[in-house]
Amino acid sequence: MSLLSIEVLKVSFSTRRGSVEAVRGISLNLEKGEVLGIVGESGSGKSVTSYALMRLLERNGRISGGKLTYGGIDLREARESTMRDLRGREISMIFQNPRAALNPIRKVGHQIEDVLRRHAKATRSSARAEAIKALEAVRIRDAQSRYNAYPFELSGGMCQRIVIAIALACDPKLLIADEPTTGLDITTQKAVMDLIAELIAERDMSAMVITHDLGLAAQYCNRLVVMKDGEVVEEGNPEALFSRPQHPYTRKLVDATPRPGASVRQLLPLDLRPPEPRLPKVEAPLLEVRGLTKTYQGKSGPVHAVKGISFDVGRGESVGLVGESGCGKSTTSSMLVRLLDPTSGEILFNGRDLAKSPAKGFARDPDRARIQMVFQDATDSFNPRHTARQSIAEPLARLTAIPKRERAKRIDELAELVGLPQPLLDRFPHQLSGGQKARVGIARAIAVDPQFLILDEPTAALDVSIQAIVLNLLVDLRTKLGISYLFVSHDLHVVRLLCDRVIVMRDGEIVEEGTAAEVMESPSHPYTRELLAAAPKPPVTVTAERSAAE
Amino acid sequence: MSDATTSQVPVKQDGTLAHIGYVLRSNPVTLLAFAMFAILLLAAVLGPVLAPYDPMESNAAIALQPPSPAHWFGTDNLGRDVFSRVIVATRLDLAISVAAVALSFLIGSILGSIAGYWGGWLDTVLNRLFDTIMAFPLFVLAMGIVAALGNTVENIVYATAVINIPFYARLVRAEVNIRRDAGFAQAAKLAGNSDVRVLALHIFPNALPPMMVQVSLNLGWAILNAAGLSFIGLGVRPPTAEWGIMVAEGANFIVSGEWWLAFFPGFALMFAVFTFNLLGDGLRDMVDPRQRS
Amino acid sequence: MAGRLRTVGLRITHAIPVILGVVVVSFLLTRALPGDPAVYFAGHAADEASIEEVRTALGLDKPLPEQFLIYAGNVLTGDLGQSLSSGQPVLQDLANRLPASLELTLTALLLSCSIAIPLGVLAATRPGSAVDHLCRVLVTAGVSLPTFFTGVMLIYIFYYLLGIAPSPLGRLDFIYIEPDRVTGFYLIDAAIAGDWETWTGALKQLVLPATTLALFTLAPLARMTRAAMLGALSSDYIRTARAAGLTEDKVLFTYAFRNALLPVITTLGMVFSFTLGANVLVEKVFAWPGIGSYAVEALVVSDYAAVQGFVLAMALLFVALNLVIDLTYTLIDPRIGFETR
Repeated sequence: MSLLSIEVLKVSFSTRRGSVEAVRGISLNLEKGEVLGIVGESGSGKSVTSYALMRLLERNGRISGGKLTYGGIDLREARESTMRDLRGREISMIFQNPRAALNPIRKVGHQIEDVLRRHAKATRSSARAEAIKALEAVRIRDAQSRYNAYPFELSGGMCQRIVIAIALACDPKLLIADEPTTGLDITTQKAVMDLIAELIAERDMSAMVITHDLGLAAQYCNRLVVMKDGEVVEEGNPEALFSRPQHPYTRKLVDATPRPGASVRQLLPLDLRPPEPRLPKVEAPLLEVRGLTKTYQGKSGPVHAVKGISFDVGRGESVGLVGESGCGKSTTSSMLVRLLDPTSGEILFNGRDLAKSPAKGFARDPDRARIQMVFQDATDSFNPRHTARQSIAEPLARLTAIPKRERAKRIDELAELVGLPQPLLDRFPHQLSGGQKARVGIARAIAVDPQFLILDEPTAALDVSIQAIVLNLLVDLRTKLGISYLFVSHDLHVVRLLCDRVIVMRDGEIVEEGTAAEVMESPSHPYTRELLAAAPKPPVTVTAERSAAE
Repeated sequence: MSDATTSQVPVKQDGTLAHIGYVLRSNPVTLLAFAMFAILLLAAVLGPVLAPYDPMESNAAIALQPPSPAHWFGTDNLGRDVFSRVIVATRLDLAISVAAVALSFLIGSILGSIAGYWGGWLDTVLNRLFDTIMAFPLFVLAMGIVAALGNTVENIVYATAVINIPFYARLVRAEVNIRRDAGFAQAAKLAGNSDVRVLALHIFPNALPPMMVQVSLNLGWAILNAAGLSFIGLGVRPPTAEWGIMVAEGANFIVSGEWWLAFFPGFALMFAVFTFNLLGDGLRDMVDPRQRS
Repeated sequence: MAGRLRTVGLRITHAIPVILGVVVVSFLLTRALPGDPAVYFAGHAADEASIEEVRTALGLDKPLPEQFLIYAGNVLTGDLGQSLSSGQPVLQDLANRLPASLELTLTALLLSCSIAIPLGVLAATRPGSAVDHLCRVLVTAGVSLPTFFTGVMLIYIFYYLLGIAPSPLGRLDFIYIEPDRVTGFYLIDAAIAGDWETWTGALKQLVLPATTLALFTLAPLARMTRAAMLGALSSDYIRTARAAGLTEDKVLFTYAFRNALLPVITTLGMVFSFTLGANVLVEKVFAWPGIGSYAVEALVVSDYAAVQGFVLAMALLFVALNLVIDLTYTLIDPRIGFETR
């Protein structure tokens, strides 16, 4: 008998616009000792499924049909008190955003104690010792002093360990991990997932890992379930799913997952794949950065965010800037786009040192239109009061002399160029999807014909299939318009798809630089190797078989 | 090459008027609030015309008469018709509060925007200034200002305005601060807008929705303030018809059972303040583009 | 810990410019009087000679900056001038009458907290229920109520119509004798003396004015409690607590409520400030001999030293109170002090 069995589960939410079915009759089993991965994009219903079986749905959600059985107990019919006994003791759950998942004004040790005492795994006198043991179990060094820490004093990775400690304190049999690595640096992601895998094996537990990252799921799970729009689309072990995907959606997801060996075109479904792009020839340097430095006055001394870096970007070239959070890449891009003044150094653009022109007045600089940026968080980067059309029109109105009527035509051209349907131009940002907003952001950035475009993690918040489309769009635009790119990202695989050269940053310094192929295949710096090792590796590269077929 | 995740049916964008209509229709409380506001406005504008008697005309013979068909709200100790006085007082009370709030909104917004956007020493100085103003309990400061500068209606307006400036300034400062480094503010700079333009045309309009709630709450407070001040004899003076004074005069007669002198003007006060409080959410919905669907 | 102490020190030093500002503003308020300040301070009945005396005594013939220094110096030594009506130093008058106001305000706050906070918590934990709607109606109606009007109406209903409440003539009906002054709080002093008759008498007089004031403070407290609880309950860490199977009581009180307390305490500070103002009105309606009515009476007879003293005293009281609340906050929230590290 399976440990957990879900039969034709239906979950619906009552919203202002009536009842919305988030899960539409899914069935799956989890065997004892198995690590099951549930993969899907946003809106697939994967998280809702886990909330439903823990009976933790929001007030307006309810299980409208189906059967949920855990170890013989009917989870749907069980009393709330039974569920409270099960939670934490038999079935535990961990979530994304670990710092927010901890009580900010309560010591982490006490938070673990609360759970231990609740499920009678410790008494008042033994609770502290047991809590420290729980901290040591998640490999936290110096557990005695960490016990007294508050969440704000700990890093994201450390917080996630605490969350795991709380979840595993009472030795549950089933662990549900809902997007446990979202928001964490890639090396931290690996550390957390490795820890979870070890602990599951040690304690002979079963687990359900919910994620949008197919590669991650494939690496850590025995079996995968793919969900879309509230339904299960396909099931199978990772190798089978990757090499012989049956359902078109699975195929689409597999293709869209960036993996070594695949080109940007190969991210798209076979039938929608245009021919390989003909990239522009790289010429003399457009941008020369020399000794760029940024030092802030921190509360306890100076903070050296960027420590004198130098690099070039050629005309028509696409350069990737890779690093984890805190490495200085965002500060660097802010300085290059002239929103921030460097402490020292030169930014030679077409031979002219832009650093001499202060950020404050750069809006009126003649070079303003030549350097533009595509922002990371599309939602934040649009004025909520402006329609898409108005957002795109803004730089045109301020930086060009194009009369109003011509402007409207230009906006229509841009929309077509980025593949944005005309009618969407008159929508407000909150009425557009993530992918549509990404397109509007790109249209706005290229509206004034820039020579140099900085792309700050433009696809980080997008679903994998949408990311594939947007990345291809960016490649096409570069081919058509000959713009140079600086592509800032934490994801080495994505960067490789789009960039001729790659620069790796760490702690404000450049640790490695070279062509994409060099850096990815034969990295020289240990940090680069660490980054590459941390990225999840899908089991089989489809490309090998596909390109053989083509 | 397109992602068909949302429908591509063209969305007919409501014009401003249609959007206002939508907000009114979808929330009955807002509709009620606007109806109440309309009544107030009517009384304020057409007060003297609507009043059945001359609010100043005293007639000792009919003093202290309870509500009757002839005098809906009864008569006061000088024989004046309470109903007429209550209606006519609307204009004065509304005028005082609107003027005070408009003044503090204007000054507070400007100061708050500057403090929130540029920070630095200006921010520090302004903060200390606001702390100082806010150190005086609202009412106490109003008393002090009116006592010092004279017992006139203008001074009540200034006193109320001064007291409210820190609230707006703090609110605007916080809202501007949140948005100062937002993506769209940076995008506006990349599009060639100077700092002042970014602040005035991009950031500030987005700070308006939460301000609207504060504005309406303040309108209510301002009326209460003005009425309270005249209750203790500051500001408006008899024989002017003003709700606060009327309650003060009427309070003397409560212990002898003549409740109508104080009740009706007090109720009018409550009505007005209640209206403004309800109005707040509705106003915010109208100004917030996210409510458009 | 060092970070915390440093924050505490910083907060105290921040209060200093504010105190300075308060003194400056109070000073300006009197000097900004239209006409000759000396006349105001000397009083209506004063003749030329005494006006001149007052002028020299108060230093009104000296240049403004020097006057300010004299004034500030006086304030530091506790000299707030002489009251015309009582003939006593203003500071003494205020000290005499302060306990009455404090007793009223504290009783009212106690009363409103004991209703508002549970109400807010209940409304937040049962959204959409009758309690929630009651809370919201109460809040909206509550902020619309003019205190002086409520007071007047309460007198009408409970004294005139129902005859339950005693006549609104101050702290004690004249048949009782004031208890020996220990704290100035009649309830405490009568209890200390064991005089339960007087204690009941004082309580009866306190009921209506405290209720009036409590109604005024109920609304913002209930609103903030509800909002803070709703915010806390929808946080991620509550989800974690529930997912770990913690009992609902633990989740509500140890996790949600404690976190919600922080903004509620801030609101309490604001509410106290409003109350210090609303005090004036309630004291007038109920003839309560506190500092509020002192100021109003002083205003009416143009006793400017008294009014100025009142304004200054209230402001300083408020600064002190805010500091206490800030410090309490610092002690409760472990995150504060971290920023200064």
